[in-house]
Amino acid sequence: MNKPKAGRLAADGVAASGLAAGRREFLRAAASVGGGLVLALTLPACAPKRAASGISGTGAGAAAGGQVNAWLKIAGDNTITVLVDRSEMGQGVYTALPTLLAEELEVPLAAIRIEAAPVGDAYINVGNGGQVTGTSNSVSDAWDKLRLAGARARTMLIAAGAAAWGVAPADCHVQSGTVVNARGESLTYGQLAEAAAKLPVPKDVALKPAAGFTLIGRSLPRLDTPDKCDGSAEFGIDVRRPGMLHATLAQCPVLGGNVEEFDDSAAAAMPGVRKIVPTPSGVVVVAEHFWQALKARDALKISWHSRETASLDDAAIRALLHKTPATDFGKAARAEGDVAGALHASPSVHAATYELPLLAHATMEPMNCTADVTAEGCDLYVGTQVQQMAQAAAAEAAGLPPERVRVHTTLLGGGFGRRLEIDFIPAAVAASKAVGAPVKLIWTREDDMTHDYYRPPASIRLDAGFDAGRKLVAWRFHSISPSITARFAPDTTDPFDSVVEGAANYPYDVPNLSVNYTRQEIGIGVGYMRSVSHAINCFAIESFMDELAHASAKDPLAFRLELLEKKPRHRRVLQAAAQLAGWGRVPTGHHLGLALMEGYTTHIAQVAEISIDQGALKIHKISCVVDCGQMVNPKIVQSQVEGGIVFGLSTALWGEINVAGGQVRQQNFNTYRVVRQNEMPEIVVQLQDSAEPPGGIGEPSVALVAPALGNAIFAATGQRIRALPLAAQKFVKIA
Amino acid sequence: MQTLTINDQPVQVDADPETPLLWVLRDHLGMTGTKFGCGKALCGACTVHVDGAPMRSCSLPLAAVAGRKIATIEGLSKDRSHPVQRAWIEFDVPQCGYCQSGQIMSAVALLTQIKTPTDADIDAAMAGNICRCGTYARIRAAIHRAAELMRSTP
Repeated sequence: MNKPKAGRLAADGVAASGLAAGRREFLRAAASVGGGLVLALTLPACAPKRAASGISGTGAGAAAGGQVNAWLKIAGDNTITVLVDRSEMGQGVYTALPTLLAEELEVPLAAIRIEAAPVGDAYINVGNGGQVTGTSNSVSDAWDKLRLAGARARTMLIAAGAAAWGVAPADCHVQSGTVVNARGESLTYGQLAEAAAKLPVPKDVALKPAAGFTLIGRSLPRLDTPDKCDGSAEFGIDVRRPGMLHATLAQCPVLGGNVEEFDDSAAAAMPGVRKIVPTPSGVVVVAEHFWQALKARDALKISWHSRETASLDDAAIRALLHKTPATDFGKAARAEGDVAGALHASPSVHAATYELPLLAHATMEPMNCTADVTAEGCDLYVGTQVQQMAQAAAAEAAGLPPERVRVHTTLLGGGFGRRLEIDFIPAAVAASKAVGAPVKLIWTREDDMTHDYYRPPASIRLDAGFDAGRKLVAWRFHSISPSITARFAPDTTDPFDSVVEGAANYPYDVPNLSVNYTRQEIGIGVGYMRSVSHAINCFAIESFMDELAHASAKDPLAFRLELLEKKPRHRRVLQAAAQLAGWGRVPTGHHLGLALMEGYTTHIAQVAEISIDQGALKIHKISCVVDCGQMVNPKIVQSQVEGGIVFGLSTALWGEINVAGGQVRQQNFNTYRVVRQNEMPEIVVQLQDSAEPPGGIGEPSVALVAPALGNAIFAATGQRIRALPLAAQKFVKIA
Repeated sequence: MQTLTINDQPVQVDADPETPLLWVLRDHLGMTGTKFGCGKALCGACTVHVDGAPMRSCSLPLAAVAGRKIATIEGLSKDRSHPVQRAWIEFDVPQCGYCQSGQIMSAVALLTQIKTPTDADIDAAMAGNICRCGTYARIRAAIHRAAELMRSTP
C-alpha cells in the first residue's frame, strides 16, 4: 500500500496569492522582436506562433517558450493581432474586445487576428482585482482601455507617416489600415509599425464620440464562429503536445475527503499504463491513451479518508440553513428607516421563506488541463477564467516560481464560473512532473458533477408591512447562505461579497428597509455560478413582491410601477416587457408572471407566459426587455440574453444537487436535467437603445426566469412557488 | 490492427476493441472535432455518422464499427461550405461552441433524411444534443436556413 503525502493543496491560499497580485499600471511602446508596433505594458520576449485559423489559444509563446504582453501587434506584413485578455467561453469577448480596439484603429474587424493573452499585470481586470473573466464586466473594463490602446496606436502610426513624408500629423489621416497624407500618398500600418513603435506614447488622445462609431453597435459576425463550425476550434480538451500522455484522476467520492492509502498493483499492470501518481487531489493514472487510463482507474483500490463531510445530507444542510433564530438578522448590508418599528406598527404584515438548492455548473466541456513540466519551466494549456491563479496553482504543484509557468488559455467549453476554480490543475502538473512528459488530464462527466464548487443553497427570510393606507412601508430581506468569497479569497474584508447582490440594490421605494446576511457554512465548497447571487435573490425578491401585490389586491405590474417613481430605467424595461408580452391581453387559459432586476448595471425585465393543462405546466413564451447601456455587438448581446434564459430555465425546472453520505447523488445529465431543444419555449428579446455606459450581459437574464415562472404559476393556480426546482414541488407537473 | 473508413478514407487503428470510437478518433487519430461530453450517450457532443445514421461515438466500441462508414465533423467539407455549416455561420449559432460539432452532425443527418423538416422534426432529431449556452433558437433557425440552402443547391 502506498501512503500519499498528507494534506490537500491549499486552494484558498493559491486563490489569495493570485488575487493579491500587484496592479502596476504603466504604459509604454516597445518594439517586438519581429519588428512592428506593440502597445504593451511589459516587454515581449518573442513573437508567438500563430495558428492558421487566426485564433490562437495555445500557440502564443508555446513554440518559442517566451511571453508576449500586449494588446496589439502590427506585423510588417500588415497582420494585426489583438491579444484578448479575457477568456472566450461563449460570451463573445473574442469579438467584442477587438471591436473596441479596431474602432479607434480604423481597421475592419474581419482583418483582426486574435491571440489569448498570457499572464500579465497589463491584463488585470480592475473590477475583479485580478486577471479574471467574470462578473460580466469584460466589456465595461475594456471600454476605455482598448479604445485608448487603439487611439494611441493610430496617433503613433499617423506621426510615423507624417515623419516619413516630412509633413504635419494634422495633414494626415487613417483609412482602412493605411495612413494617408494630403497629397493622397499612403503607407500601410505594416510599413509604419516599426517606426511608430519607437515614438513616445501619446497621453492625451481623443476618443471617437458615439456618433462616429462605425463598428461599435453593429451586429458584426463573431470572429470565433467559423472555427466552431468545422471542429477546428481548440478547447483545452483538444490540446495535443508531442509525446503527450493521457491521464485521469481518482478523487474521494465524499466531498473534501482524500486518499488514506491505495493499492495500484492491478492498475499499474494494465495495458498502456505508464505511471500511477499520488497527488494531494487524488490518485492520477497516466497512460498512453485516455481510455486506458480510465479502465486502469477502475482497478485502483483506494481507502479514503473522508472526515466530517461523510455525514452530510440534504436534511443536515437544510437544518444548518434553518438554525438561525427568527430574532437574529445577521449583518445589515443596507438599512434605511426603522424596519422593526414599521413592521410592529403595521396593520398588515407578510412573511415568507424562500429556499434554493445547491446547483452544479455542468459546462459541456468537463474539467481538464494539460501540463508540460520540464527542468526549465511549465507550460500550462487550460481553459481558465483565472490566468494568475492557474499560474500560481501550477507553480505550487510543480515547485517552480510562478514566472516560470506559462499559461496558454484555450477556448473554454463553457465557463459559467466553474473555470474560476483551479482544482483541476495541480494533479495534471504533478503527473507531468512525475512522468517527465506532457500530460493531459481529463475529468469524466461524473467527476465533474460530483466534484464541483456548487452554487450555494440559500434560505431567504422576507418580511414586509403595509401602512393603513395599503402602502408598502417596510421591507426586510435576510439571506442565510454560505459565503463563496470567504472560501475563494479568505483575506476578503467584505462581509457580504456577492451574497447580497441583486438585494442590496432593491429598487422599490420603501421607507423602512433592511438587507441582511447571515453567513452559514454547510461543509461543502460553494462557487460562483452564472448570475451568482442575483439568481438566488431575484427569485426570492420578485416572487415576494408578487405576493405583496396580490396581498394588496393590486395588479403585479401596477404595484411595482407605483414603487418605481424614482427609477426610470427600471420602469422603462418593466413597461416594455409587459407590453411585449401582452400584459392583460393573453389568450384564455394562459397566464403571465413578471420579474424585474438590475444586475451588473444592466436593467432587465422578463415575463413568462404559461398554461396549466391537466395539472401540467406548459411554458409558452419568455419575453425579455434589456437595457444594458451602450452595446458593442447587439447580435451577441441578444444571444447572451437568450442563452441566459435557457440556463435559468434549466435551473428553475430541474436544477438540484442532492447530497447523501457526503456524496453528490447526481452524476450525469440523466439525473441532472437541463433544457433540450424539444423543451424550449419561444423566447422574445427586445434590446433597448441606450447611451448609458456598457453594462454586463452574460449573466443577468438567468436570474429572472424562476420568479417570472413562479409568479405565472401563481396567477394560474393560486399556488405560490417558494422553493426550487419546480420539478421537486409536489403540485407542479412539467409538460 | 483494425481498418476503419473515416470520411471516405481507410484508416488503420491499433487499439483495444472495447475502446469507444470517440477516443479512437480523438486520441489515436488526433481528430478532436468530435467532443467528449458525458460518456453515456446523454448529451450528443460526440455525435458522428455511422453508415449515415447519427450515433454517439462515446458509447460505440471500436469493434462495433469495423467495416462501417464513419463520418465526422472534419469530413463535412474542406472549406466550411456544407449548407449546414454555412447556415451556422450566417446565424452565428455557436457561443462556447463545444457542443456544436455534435449539433451540426445531428442536423446534417436530419436534413439528409428530411429535406424540409418541421419544428417537430427538429425537436425529435435534436433532442439528444445538449447545449448549455442555450443556442437552441439559433440552431432551429439555422436548420431551416440550411434546408433552404440545400434546396437551392442542386
